[in-house]
Amino acid sequence: MSVISPAFETPAPIGHRSFYDEGNTLWSWLTTRDHKRIAILYAISITFFFLLGSLAAAMIRLELVTPAGDLWSAETYNKAFTFHGVVMVWFFLIPSIPVTLGNFLLPLMIGARDMAFPRLNLFSWYLFAVGGLFTMAALLAGGVDTGWTFYTPFSTMFSNTNVFLVIIGVFITGFSTILTGLNFIVTTHSLRAPGMTWFRLPLFVWAMYAVALVMMLATPVLAMTLSLIGLERFFGVGIFDPAMGGDPLLFQHMFWFYSHPAVYIMILPAMGVASELITCGARRNIFGYKFMIYAIVGISVIGFLVWGHHMFVSGMSLYAGIVFSILSFLVAVPSAIKVFNWTATLYKGTIDFTAWMLYAIGFVGLFMLGGVTGLFLAATALDVDLTDTFFVVAHFHYIMVGGSVMAYLGGIHYWWPKFTGRMYSAAWARFAAIMMFVGFNLTFFPQYLLGWAGMPRRYHQYDPQYQLLNVLSSAGAAVLGLAYLLPIIYLAWSLRHGAPAGPNPWRASGLEWLTDSPPPKHNFEVTPVVTHGPYQYTP
Amino acid sequence: MSPVTPLLEPPEASSIAPHVDLLFYVMLTLSVIVIAGVVLAMGWFCLKYRRGTHADRSPRPPHSHWIEITWITIPLLLFLCIFAWSIRLYARMRTPPPGATPVYVVGKQWMWRIQHVGGQREINTLHVPLGRPIHLIMTSQDVIHSFFVPAFRLKQDVVPGMYTDLWFTATRPGTYQLDCAEYCGVDHSRMGGRVIVMQPAAFADWQRRHGGQSLAAQGAALFRKAGCSGCHDSQSSVHAPNLRGLYGRRVPLRDGSIVLADDSYIHDSIMLPDKQVAAGYSPIMPSFQGQLGESEVLELVAYIKSRNGKGAGP
Amino acid sequence: MNSISHARPAFLEQQFDDPLQQRESSVFGMWAFLATEILFFGVLFLGYAICRWRFPVAFAEAAKHTDLVLGSIETAVLLVSSCVVTIALRDLRLGGRRLAAALLLATAMLGLLFLALHGKEYYDEFHEGLMPGVHYTLAQPHAVHMKLFFCLYYFITLYHSLHVTVGVLLLLAMSWRTFRGGFSADYTTPVEVTSMYWHLVDIVWIFVFPLMYLVGR
Repeated sequence: MSVISPAFETPAPIGHRSFYDEGNTLWSWLTTRDHKRIAILYAISITFFFLLGSLAAAMIRLELVTPAGDLWSAETYNKAFTFHGVVMVWFFLIPSIPVTLGNFLLPLMIGARDMAFPRLNLFSWYLFAVGGLFTMAALLAGGVDTGWTFYTPFSTMFSNTNVFLVIIGVFITGFSTILTGLNFIVTTHSLRAPGMTWFRLPLFVWAMYAVALVMMLATPVLAMTLSLIGLERFFGVGIFDPAMGGDPLLFQHMFWFYSHPAVYIMILPAMGVASELITCGARRNIFGYKFMIYAIVGISVIGFLVWGHHMFVSGMSLYAGIVFSILSFLVAVPSAIKVFNWTATLYKGTIDFTAWMLYAIGFVGLFMLGGVTGLFLAATALDVDLTDTFFVVAHFHYIMVGGSVMAYLGGIHYWWPKFTGRMYSAAWARFAAIMMFVGFNLTFFPQYLLGWAGMPRRYHQYDPQYQLLNVLSSAGAAVLGLAYLLPIIYLAWSLRHGAPAGPNPWRASGLEWLTDSPPPKHNFEVTPVVTHGPYQYTP
Repeated sequence: MSPVTPLLEPPEASSIAPHVDLLFYVMLTLSVIVIAGVVLAMGWFCLKYRRGTHADRSPRPPHSHWIEITWITIPLLLFLCIFAWSIRLYARMRTPPPGATPVYVVGKQWMWRIQHVGGQREINTLHVPLGRPIHLIMTSQDVIHSFFVPAFRLKQDVVPGMYTDLWFTATRPGTYQLDCAEYCGVDHSRMGGRVIVMQPAAFADWQRRHGGQSLAAQGAALFRKAGCSGCHDSQSSVHAPNLRGLYGRRVPLRDGSIVLADDSYIHDSIMLPDKQVAAGYSPIMPSFQGQLGESEVLELVAYIKSRNGKGAGP
Repeated sequence: MNSISHARPAFLEQQFDDPLQQRESSVFGMWAFLATEILFFGVLFLGYAICRWRFPVAFAEAAKHTDLVLGSIETAVLLVSSCVVTIALRDLRLGGRRLAAALLLATAMLGLLFLALHGKEYYDEFHEGLMPGVHYTLAQPHAVHMKLFFCLYYFITLYHSLHVTVGVLLLLAMSWRTFRGGFSADYTTPVEVTSMYWHLVDIVWIFVFPLMYLVGR
């Protein structure tokens, strides 16, 4: 029984076989139960879906360069934004950080040899893939035009596109999400290394745990709601159809009961990643560790109670509006705490501007802007004007793209040496991070102005006075698109030509840095024993 | 169309718009202060504590929570103030003043059909007088739409199977953009129109030129044509409720509950008669779903309202 | 703490340190899974409750078309089966093998009996013309909204029957593994987890039966 402290003294490379050496055939990958390999399977799949969703986004932005709807037909445009939403939400953002970084790192960070249910983990990936195939099939069969929100009665009685295929795809992927959440929860509960108490867990693990809870408790509601839509389309039942006495608002309630927590499924992991990156990049322990945990848990709990703020103008009663408004203000408090604590962490630190630190700092800024504009939408009187305009589009892209995607890429850069054992070009990585930040703001900041000027979302053609801002936004999208391609190139390059990373290139604390890069099959030669908290940095 | 500069908001053309804008700009100012504060602090820390500088990097004193408590309390109080302000404004937006002129709106893929009480009908255009509260009563023939006038800072979803409402008092003559803000299918982006705000005298003139039979009178004709009068007339041999004075009354139902006979009750009684059956009557009324459009139902509602003696209609 | 070097029983998977940890993880995992299952059915029950509240007369009318006798027998069958699987688990923990295997098989058979009885119900309902979209012949005043009841009835009971089917397959597998000596007094986790799942199937039915068959009669 040996004791290793989780501080950042770098152990000598052990030089054992890495998990990549356990077989190189396609079969060995498709039948693996190793959480690290499954994470890589996921990483490849979600990158594919990200590119696909980005293509749809490019179609949208190209159309909106001119006010007239002249590039694509209205049908094509509507299918493009629907596909963009469906793919980006369910096949990129919701899985992104949990299934790649989370899958790879959660067992490493708590000192476990694998997930609690490795077979289930692989099964989740297959479900994800099958769900993806159904969605792709819907695309090939002609697409779907309901918007990712599937509002009834449009989706049930009026759309004659492939709604059913997409619903099946999302339904199956939902199961993948549920099972991943279940695996994370049981793993965190049961497989922590000796001495790894709850308040010694890294914030990333806490974020994974909270997100897993939300995944498990919200996704079943979506699955059943979508099944009911399928039922209506097939059998003409009228649960959501007013012509038969049903209630279209009931659908919206059920849909947002899932989809608002889903927003937290997308952003909580990003918060976890940012916490790890900032504390290491500033070489300073995270400020207010316990409050950060309370904030994570608070967000995931209150997040279940605010779904109605999507429906202030839907015909919901005044009193429901009041309740959902105040709850939406309350859920912003823990987010504010997190922003302040990240900032305070930098104080008296020793800050290195590595690429991932740039991503993390960019994340805080963009998340803050997205969060503050969220308050405008929580204020019911303003929401009446701003909802369903580009203001909302800008708001959630600041959270989803500026927040989640930035954090995801930051995490990829931070843990890349751990995943692959190789270093990438620091200069190119910094350049890409800055370019992404610039491109992102150029794309989405004008959309706030468009929304305030009154341009509704999901518009195929628009009035000429909105053109200047739309052109700016499309130009920004071009910069952003190029910036997204850069990491794919230099990270691929690093796989072959990058310098060997060693176990702990960033001198970070945390159990994952104690083992080889890339780690051996069972992660640790010796199960670590934890004697103190997660962050042991001195400036 | 009033000119809109690319970076600025549309004109303030309703009584509520200046209040919305004030709230917006106050929140904007607060946000800029907070964001600038955090960004400056981060920038300052990044500069001062970047690797290689000589700065004080002494360890933190043992953690006390007062800093965090402060930055929990201050935002919380700020949020509560904004909430209170916004909810007051919202309550005002949602409560039509008594005596507002009703105008009926039916959304339909992809057009707005508007009926005035005086019988004037318009498509994709709404004429309103300056300075008089207008109460829109809206429903949809098919999918969900949303009635959005950026210059009024107002928006309300228009939902099939229920009446939603929206009120405003226009404060500036002119022509303003009307949009559909809820995605409703292929031509969603073309489902727009104009709201024309006129001086009261000009509006009265417009009313006269376009007036005909009042909405209630059209409803009365339809009441006979669709066969409603066959059962609901006082001379009818069929045992059916008499509708005189029905509007605004509390109606006991067969299942023991009591409902208020408002617009949506009358609507549902025509389209979904099984849903709420009045006490003492058997559920024999056929549904008019598919036979009457939402505009026609609105005519009938106006007619039934007019039989109150008071209420809307001549 | 390097438990890899200790003697590890064959059933212990590599990610666990000891049998206790493995058992706790499996049981906890099953509880978590059952929580999501409850949400699945919860949404359906919520939808049912809302529709019933909107159309009380139609729903009461439609519920009278369910088969109370068959429904009651099915309830009894499921309750007995839950009892049997518990006895099987108990026997296994006491070191039994053949009796446990037989009782697990009996539970699976009771599950099949349930499915057969429910199939009979569907068959009768089809002939009565109570299947919206397939064969629906009701034409009374509330027929349109009674359709809602039947759709929810079929959706909920079919979804439940799907669970019963999965449960039967699991029970058959457990029975076979028990018979082959795959378990012992100190390793019963898969049977335990299966029985938890079976109890859930049972409990869901205990909600379905009064909601669909009894209310409003």
